[in-house]
Amino acid sequence: MSVAALTAEGLSKSYRIGGSADRYDTLREALSRGVRRRGRGAPAPADRTVWALRDVSFEIQIGEAVGLIGRNGAGKTTLLRVLSRITEPTAGCAHVAGRVGSLLEVGTGFHPELTGRENVFLNGAILGMRKRDVERNLDPIVEFAGVERFLDTPVKRYSSGMQVRLAFAVAAHLETEILLVDEILAVGDAEFQRRCLGKMEGLADSGRTVILVSHNMANITRLCSRAILLRDGAIVEDGAAGDVVARYLGGEHGTAAFRTWPGDDAPGDEHVRLRSVRVVDETGTAAPVIDVRHSVGIELVFEVIGEPRPFVPWIAIFNDQGAHVFSAMDVDPRWQHTPVRGTYTTTAWVPGNLLNEGIMIVSPSLNTFVPGKAIRHAHVDEAVSFHVVDPGQGDTARGDYAQAWPGPVRPLLQWTTERSGG
Amino acid sequence: MSAVDTPQQRITVIRPSRGLSLRLGELWAYRELLYFLVLRDVKVRYKQTVLGAAWAGLQPLTSMVIFTVIFGRLAKLPSDGVPYALFAYAGLLPWTYFAAGVAQSSLSLVGNANLVTKVYVPRILLPLSAIVVPLVDLAVAFVLLGVLMAGYGVAPGVELLALPLFLLFAIVTVAALGLAFSAMNVRYRDVPYALPFLIQILLYVSPVVYPVSFVPERWQWLYSLNPMAGVIDGFRWSLLGTAAPRVSTVGVSAVVAVCGAVASFVYFRRVERHFADRI
Repeated sequence: MSVAALTAEGLSKSYRIGGSADRYDTLREALSRGVRRRGRGAPAPADRTVWALRDVSFEIQIGEAVGLIGRNGAGKTTLLRVLSRITEPTAGCAHVAGRVGSLLEVGTGFHPELTGRENVFLNGAILGMRKRDVERNLDPIVEFAGVERFLDTPVKRYSSGMQVRLAFAVAAHLETEILLVDEILAVGDAEFQRRCLGKMEGLADSGRTVILVSHNMANITRLCSRAILLRDGAIVEDGAAGDVVARYLGGEHGTAAFRTWPGDDAPGDEHVRLRSVRVVDETGTAAPVIDVRHSVGIELVFEVIGEPRPFVPWIAIFNDQGAHVFSAMDVDPRWQHTPVRGTYTTTAWVPGNLLNEGIMIVSPSLNTFVPGKAIRHAHVDEAVSFHVVDPGQGDTARGDYAQAWPGPVRPLLQWTTERSGG
Repeated sequence: MSAVDTPQQRITVIRPSRGLSLRLGELWAYRELLYFLVLRDVKVRYKQTVLGAAWAGLQPLTSMVIFTVIFGRLAKLPSDGVPYALFAYAGLLPWTYFAAGVAQSSLSLVGNANLVTKVYVPRILLPLSAIVVPLVDLAVAFVLLGVLMAGYGVAPGVELLALPLFLLFAIVTVAALGLAFSAMNVRYRDVPYALPFLIQILLYVSPVVYPVSFVPERWQWLYSLNPMAGVIDGFRWSLLGTAAPRVSTVGVSAVVAVCGAVASFVYFRRVERHFADRI
């Protein structure tokens, strides 16, 4: 039987905006408001209540790693703040079994004048670690952060990268049963981020319960088996991480795997109009999530109208860091001739084992290349997106290596090896 | 990192708080954090200063010189039979602690806002640590007092044994104001502006530059409502062997201080649930 580490029942949290809950109240305002209210019976300024969390209920088992996803303002951080007791819920309750460690910010309470060693103990105490636990973990913490030589130097002399590494190292050695983490992997350089991810995976594997907030869907699918999607403070979906991430990317990321322009506002000019763009899997059905091993099709539907001109269908793919992964166009000779009017469906097939994991964003165009320049008949920035996932069965370019894999592409190459001499 | 084999059976319930919970056990559980917060502020306090901890003695010493010239020599205020300089310095010790403790604890929550909004720690530790930190300055100032007393040939008597009691009395008095002000400052940022006035006014209604006996008999009861009256009177008596404070004066002062500290603590507990949302 599995045991619940965390149960939330109807958690709600409201804030009052304006009126009496203004950020910088002054005593004078409070006094004068009291006088007004008593004197003339005038109503207090109208309060606007904003619900940051609405009736949130879930149960998380011991050892589960759960990702919290949603747009900015969806209530992810508020939920973490309620669960870590920083702020109280307005209604509902939660039961938490064991100690909770929360990492909403790296290096909370670090003091620049104190040495690295002093800050490790202070930060550890702030995170709820006992002194003897910090002492026991001091060597691994320092080694993880790579600041051995500077341990007795004031932290203000550290580079910002060193400060962040030291702070994360302390947090990573928290030994609480439940760990709440808010987007802290977005710090440090790429190599340190890889080590953090590895550490996070270790946490989840060691039987501890982890709740992770991240905007990086690749991290969510890698680290979490389950994800909860929040929108406007309420749970929209709760299930397997891949499915929930797909739902989020499909409907929430601003773009989806499918876009259509049936009306007159379709992108294009007097020669051709783009009617729809779809991301399809090998069976030809629209799919927001693509197995890294399978090929993915970008299907463009366009209508040739008016006085047709020759043009070429063209796509550009970017990843979620904005890197231009590649551009491609159809080099079939048919596009050198002027097409006849009608509706065309053309699909560009991106082979499997080429793109890296993560979000891919597609910008399609219909272009005419004349010497010296390109004429864009139709173009849509970030028309559709899809998510490349690795099911982690060891048969992809990452093999059994489970940590972050840099670069926009990840081809599965053929390697040849010859042995000579000896 | 070891796996967690046995789930902790300790269940924490998170829900909107009703009524009042003092949660004293939690304070004990976080005692190490109190130690580290105090250590942080003590270590940081005189970093990058030339005179360092000498400032702790220099401040009351400077005040002593000024008070001795103005109130002792020019105004010729009485000093209960001890040299005026010693009289003033013995009063300035608890007063300097009081002023620093109230000021620092009042600003402690807002000054450590990310410890309130980014992590859960018992918030009351922040003003409490700020109450403890100036005790280090007080210790330094005590050393200087020893030098002064040796210089004037004044030796403490058996009354010195009562000093810890009055020190505790001073701490309770600082807590009475510091806890409430720190909580008020989260919501009303008037506190840092009002505080210097308040402390300046309190200086003159406390027996720092004059003895308690200077106050007319019929106003003694009113005077003793200021807890610092009892604290300073007690410090002088136990350090310099001046006239013993009246039991009624010290008693009333002590009752006011303890009631104030309890009320302040309860107020803190009542409003702290809103700290993270309002700071």
